Amino acid sequence: MVRLEPRRQHSQAMVYLSPVLAILMTLVVGGIIFAFMGKNPFDALYTFFILPISNSYGISELFVKATPLVIIAVGLAMGFRANVWNIGAEGQLTMGAIFGGGLALYFYDSESMFLLPGMLILGALGGAFWGAIPALLRTRFNANEILTSLMLTYVATLFLSFLVHGPWRNPEGFNFPESRPFPDAGLLPVIYDGTRVHLGTALAVFVVIAGWLLLSKSVIGFQLRVVGKAPQAARHVGFRQKRMVWFTLLLGGGLAGLAGLFEVAGPIGQLQPSISPGYGFTAIIVAFLGRLHPVGILFGGLIMALTYLGGELAQITLGLPNAVTGLFQGILLFFLLACDVLTKYRIRFGSTAAKGRTA
Amino acid sequence: MNASFMKRTIAAVAAVGALATGMGAAQAEDAKVGFVYVGPIGDHGWSYRHDIGRQAIESELGDAASTSYVESVPEGADAERVIRQMAQTGHNLIFTTSFGYMNPTEKVAKQFPNVKFEHATGYKRADNLSTYAARFYEGRYVAGVIAGKMTKSNVVGYVGSFPIPEVVRGINSFMMGAWSVNPDVKVKIVWANTWYDPGKEGDAAKALIDQGADIMVQHTDSPAPLQVAENRGVLGFGQASDMIKFAPKAQLTAIVDNWDKYYVARAKAVVDGTWESTDTWGGIDSGMVEMAPYTNMPADVKALAEETAAKISSGEFHPFTGPIYDQAGELRIKDGEVAEDGMLLGMDWYIKGIDAELPK
Repeated sequence: MVRLEPRRQHSQAMVYLSPVLAILMTLVVGGIIFAFMGKNPFDALYTFFILPISNSYGISELFVKATPLVIIAVGLAMGFRANVWNIGAEGQLTMGAIFGGGLALYFYDSESMFLLPGMLILGALGGAFWGAIPALLRTRFNANEILTSLMLTYVATLFLSFLVHGPWRNPEGFNFPESRPFPDAGLLPVIYDGTRVHLGTALAVFVVIAGWLLLSKSVIGFQLRVVGKAPQAARHVGFRQKRMVWFTLLLGGGLAGLAGLFEVAGPIGQLQPSISPGYGFTAIIVAFLGRLHPVGILFGGLIMALTYLGGELAQITLGLPNAVTGLFQGILLFFLLACDVLTKYRIRFGSTAAKGRTA
Repeated sequence: MNASFMKRTIAAVAAVGALATGMGAAQAEDAKVGFVYVGPIGDHGWSYRHDIGRQAIESELGDAASTSYVESVPEGADAERVIRQMAQTGHNLIFTTSFGYMNPTEKVAKQFPNVKFEHATGYKRADNLSTYAARFYEGRYVAGVIAGKMTKSNVVGYVGSFPIPEVVRGINSFMMGAWSVNPDVKVKIVWANTWYDPGKEGDAAKALIDQGADIMVQHTDSPAPLQVAENRGVLGFGQASDMIKFAPKAQLTAIVDNWDKYYVARAKAVVDGTWESTDTWGGIDSGMVEMAPYTNMPADVKALAEETAAKISSGEFHPFTGPIYDQAGELRIKDGEVAEDGMLLGMDWYIKGIDAELPK
C-alpha cells in the first residue's frame, strides 16, 4: 500500500525550486514524446522553446502574448491567497473590453489625448463591475463565487456578441460582426517600433511591481495572507472576510478588465465576437505556476506564452499537430502539482502506519 | 549526461539553423504554401476540407511546392503573429481560411509585399491579397428542395453558427428551395454561437428534434448535429464534407467545399509567376461547391435534386430570383431580376415567411 504522509516541515527551497524542477521534467518527457512521434527530440524542443525567442521580433511577441496573462494572474492570485475563487476573469476581461472599447466607438472620430486614459479607466471599471456581482452574491447570499463568476463569463461573451452583431456593428463593414476600428487616439501606442509591444506591456510590469508591494508591504496584503492561511485566526483578530471578498474580486475583475481593454486597444484594434482565446482561464494556471506571487507570475506568464508561440512554430516548421501545445501545458501543470504534493507530503510504502492508526 | 546533452543540443541547434537557411535559398522559385486554419484539421468539416486542398497542392505540384499549416488559430490577436511567422519563414503564398483573419491578413500583407496572400470569405483586397469564397447558397437551395420533399412533420431544424450574411443567405436560400416544392415547411433555428463545438452543436440538434424537426440542417463545422439526427432516426445534411460515414442512414446529401482545384491553380500560378490579386466566388459550376451522393431518398427526389443542381450550375436558374420580399414585406429583389452579388454578400435580412427573428 502506498500512501501520502504530511511532512512536519517542508523545505522552503523546494517551494521555489519545484516549478523549475517541473519545467525540467516537462522538457524530458516532452522530448520522449517527440521521439515517439518520429521527430528528433532536440530539434523539436529547440523549435518549441528556443526558436520562438531566437530573434527580437519573437521576444517582442512573447511579451505581447504574456501581457494579458500576467496582468490577470496577478489579480487572481490575490483572491486565491484569500480563498476567493474567481474563475470568471474571462468575463471580466470581456466587460473591460466592452466598457473601454465602447468609449472609443462612441468617440470614433476623436483625436483627443484624453480618449485613451478614459478607456483605461472604463476598462478597469467594467471588469471591476463584473467582479462586483459575484462579490455581492457571495457576501449577501453566500452564493459560491466559483459558479457565479464562471456563469457570468458566458453572459459577458454573449453580450459582446450581441453588441458587435447589432448596435455596435461597423456601418461600413458589410454587415459582418465587428465594430468600427478604434481611432488612432484610442489605440495603445507601440513602445518599440516594428513590433506589437504596446503600452499595456509596460503597464503589466508596473502591475507586477505594484502587486508585489501590495502583498508584501501593505496591511491589506498581510490580511490576505492570513485570511487564506488561517481563516479562524483571521476572524479572531477581527479581519473581515467580506471585505476580503470585495477587495479581491474588485481588484481581480479590474485587472482582468484592463487586460481585456489592452487586447482590443492593442493588437486587435476593434471589438469583434472573440477577443480572447481564453486568457482568463489560462491565467489561473499562470497564477499557480507563479506560486501566487507577482514576480513568479511574471515568469509563469512568459513560460505559458512561450508554449503557445512554440506550438505555432512546431506546426509551421515540423508539421506537429496543435495538440502538442495543450499537451505541454498539461504535462507542465501535472509535474508542478506533483512536485508540490511531494514537497508537502512524503510517500510511505507498506502498511505500518495504517496499523498504527487502528491500534 | 549534462555535457553530452549540451553538446547534442548545440549540434541540433546548428543543424536546424543550417537547414532553415539552406531551404530558403534552394526553394526561392518554388511555392512554399502556408495555411492558417480556424479549427482542427480533424473537424471533418471546414478546416478538414481546406486541409484536403492543401494536400492536393502537394500531390499535384510535387517537388515544386511544399506546404505547412497551423490549426485552431483563434480569430484575435494571435492570428496576426501566426500569419507573420509564416511570411517570415519563407512562405510565398499564404491562405488564411476564416473571415476573422481579414484584418490581420491585410496588416501582414502590407508588411510583406513580395508574399502572396489569399483570404477566404472576406472583402479586403490588395495587390498581394486575393479573396476567395464559394457560393454555398447554391448547394443549400438544392438541399432545401430535398428537405421540402422529404419532411413529414414539415418542421426543419437549423443549427446556425453566427448570424452573419453567409449563414443568413444560406437559410434564405434553403427555405426558398424548400418552399418551391412544399409551401408548408417551417424552419426552427438555433444559434450555437460557435463554428466548432461538437457538444453545443449536438445539444442544439437535440433541442430542435424535440421540437418536432425531422430534417436537420447545420451551418456549423462538426458532424455532431448529423450524428444526433442519425441516432434519433431523422434525416439531415452533411456540412462542408461528405459526412456519410457518420450518418449512413440519415445523410441525404452534403454540401461539400472543394478547394482542391482553386488551391492547386493558385499555387501553380506562384510557381509560374502568373499570380495576380483576384476576387473569386465560385459555385457549383466551378466545382468549388459539390453535392455529395444523394442517399436515403426515393429516386424521384434524387432526380429533382440533380435537375435543380444542374440548372443552377448552367446558370439557367439563380436561387435568388425575384420577386423576393423581406420579413417586413418590403420588395428586396424585383420580379424577374436576380440578386446582385453585393446584396448577397451583405445579406442581413430574412425573406418573408421565415418565422424567426434575426438576432441583432
